[in-house]
Amino acid sequence: MLLDVKNLKTYFYSKRGVLRAVDNVSIGVNRREFISIVGESGCGKSTLAYSIIRLIDTPGKIVNGKILFDGKNLVELSEEEMRKLRGREIGMVFQDPMTSLDPLEKIGEQIVETIIEHQDVDKKEAWERAAILLEKVGLSGDRVNYYPHQLSGGQRQRVMIALAVSLNPKLLIADEPTTALDVIVQEKIMDLLEGMKRENRAVILITHDFALAADRSDKIAVMYAGWLIEFGEADKLANEPLHPYSEGLISSVPDVWEDRDIKPMPGFPPDLIDPPKGCRFRPRCPKAMDKCINEPPTFSVNGRIVKCWLYGENK
Amino acid sequence: MEVKNLATTIFRIPEVEGRWMVMSGLAIVCIVLIMAIFAPLIAPYDPTKSSGEILEAPSMKHLMGTDNLGRDIFSRIIYGSRVVLMVVFSASLVSMSIGVPIGLISGYFGGKLDRAISMLMDSMYAFPSLILAIAIAAVLGPSVVNAVVAISVVYVPTYFRMIRGQTLSLKSRLFVEAAKAIGAKDTRIMGRYILPNIVTTVVVVFSLSVADAILTEAGLSFLGFIVTAPTPDWGFELSAGRPYLPAGYWWMITFPGLMVMLLSLGFALIGEGLSEIYAPGRER
Repeated sequence: MLLDVKNLKTYFYSKRGVLRAVDNVSIGVNRREFISIVGESGCGKSTLAYSIIRLIDTPGKIVNGKILFDGKNLVELSEEEMRKLRGREIGMVFQDPMTSLDPLEKIGEQIVETIIEHQDVDKKEAWERAAILLEKVGLSGDRVNYYPHQLSGGQRQRVMIALAVSLNPKLLIADEPTTALDVIVQEKIMDLLEGMKRENRAVILITHDFALAADRSDKIAVMYAGWLIEFGEADKLANEPLHPYSEGLISSVPDVWEDRDIKPMPGFPPDLIDPPKGCRFRPRCPKAMDKCINEPPTFSVNGRIVKCWLYGENK
Repeated sequence: MEVKNLATTIFRIPEVEGRWMVMSGLAIVCIVLIMAIFAPLIAPYDPTKSSGEILEAPSMKHLMGTDNLGRDIFSRIIYGSRVVLMVVFSASLVSMSIGVPIGLISGYFGGKLDRAISMLMDSMYAFPSLILAIAIAAVLGPSVVNAVVAISVVYVPTYFRMIRGQTLSLKSRLFVEAAKAIGAKDTRIMGRYILPNIVTTVVVVFSLSVADAILTEAGLSFLGFIVTAPTPDWGFELSAGRPYLPAGYWWMITFPGLMVMLLSLGFALIGEGLSEIYAPGRER
């Protein structure tokens, strides 16, 4: 296993109280695996991603748990060791390609600087490599001399991906990489991310788009209110969701081909400083029972992980 | 067509105005710079020696009249620009090279260090600049170097506050986060990603603080903290001419006073004009 997150807790400390953004999440990622983490806004999926690459700023803190990456526990690494690992072992692509490149530098320079800082190559070779990287993500190599404002949103996101994989990391984390882009461009960017698997790389995609996740990934992890509530193979999870929340997410996806009613889920995700007692989904859950006043344990059902009392008997 | 062009020109006042301000400011500063550099060629008389009757009114022979010792005021003003420019420029460069790095580090790293530095800077900023400069100059004693020290200390907080604020807003921008995510060192993030994005602010703050420093320099000079007789300096001329004003000899303080105002105005115009031009483009 390439990445093994165990009982991770990332909390934010505010004046109002402790916000449990990621609460006791365990998730494993194998090499060459494409995993999507889905959920509504504010459910902790981005915090999970930022925790893995250890870019949580104060007032946030990893309180507990292990992040085993290639045998090393990232939680215990020093800031300097972690800095060296970022980019080289884990790459990251951000949500907004319009602002994630420095407006004052040519895109080639940004890639070249990264390569030179981490690897022992001269300037000329680094520029050649930058051009090759751009070609790999579907841009022509002479774009190295362009400034970010000369590129479209989709092109910039390609540059971001080129930058993220410029040091050949084993894991690529993409935080809503296509949210700011149109559907056609989204398809192409997703093709590009999926192709990363062929280069012996694992991909973690953070998205709120369940259809996109089901279409592209090997496994899906569903997060709700800081909890990982379901995790399993994408096909099975999409066709036969176990957790009522997963079910709700799927039935709120509009379908162009089938004349099916969209069922929007009632209510909102809870306040993570003062979450509901017991199961955090209980106030919105159509199948809530008496038992749900206690926090459900994580059950394993046919290789799938689900955090819901409904599956208590099956164990 | 003609009318439409005219309208676009008129309705884009901010940009045109900004440019106009910068150009006229530059013109004033350039004239004073030329005066300072080519003083021996331009000045008609030796500024430290008597060249006519005492307290002569302005005439063709003495463009701005003569002072109480019969020295040509026009020549003294031309030579005086050297002291003013030297003191003000070196002081502003010193405060810039202290204020910018401190502001950058303080804003970027934050935490206790930032709080401590900010508190120190704010307490300095709380003093009126002239009072603080006088206090420092009084402790150090009168000399050109000490005046530079006094003035540069006074303007460090101005740079610090602007740069720290800009750094705070830039460091939360996604491209800084992205640079961290590919393992960039803090020094490189500050030097290559943040600093180039605040250069325009530094230029604007420089011009505006020079404009203010000119007034502070004149104040210190007036009180005798910079030069001693017979060296000419504008602020010093003001104090020399003050006793003669009630008797009707207006030219002794009018011309040096006008020059202080004009030079300060020149830098203020450059600074304001530049910020007018840059401000809309900063958020791209």
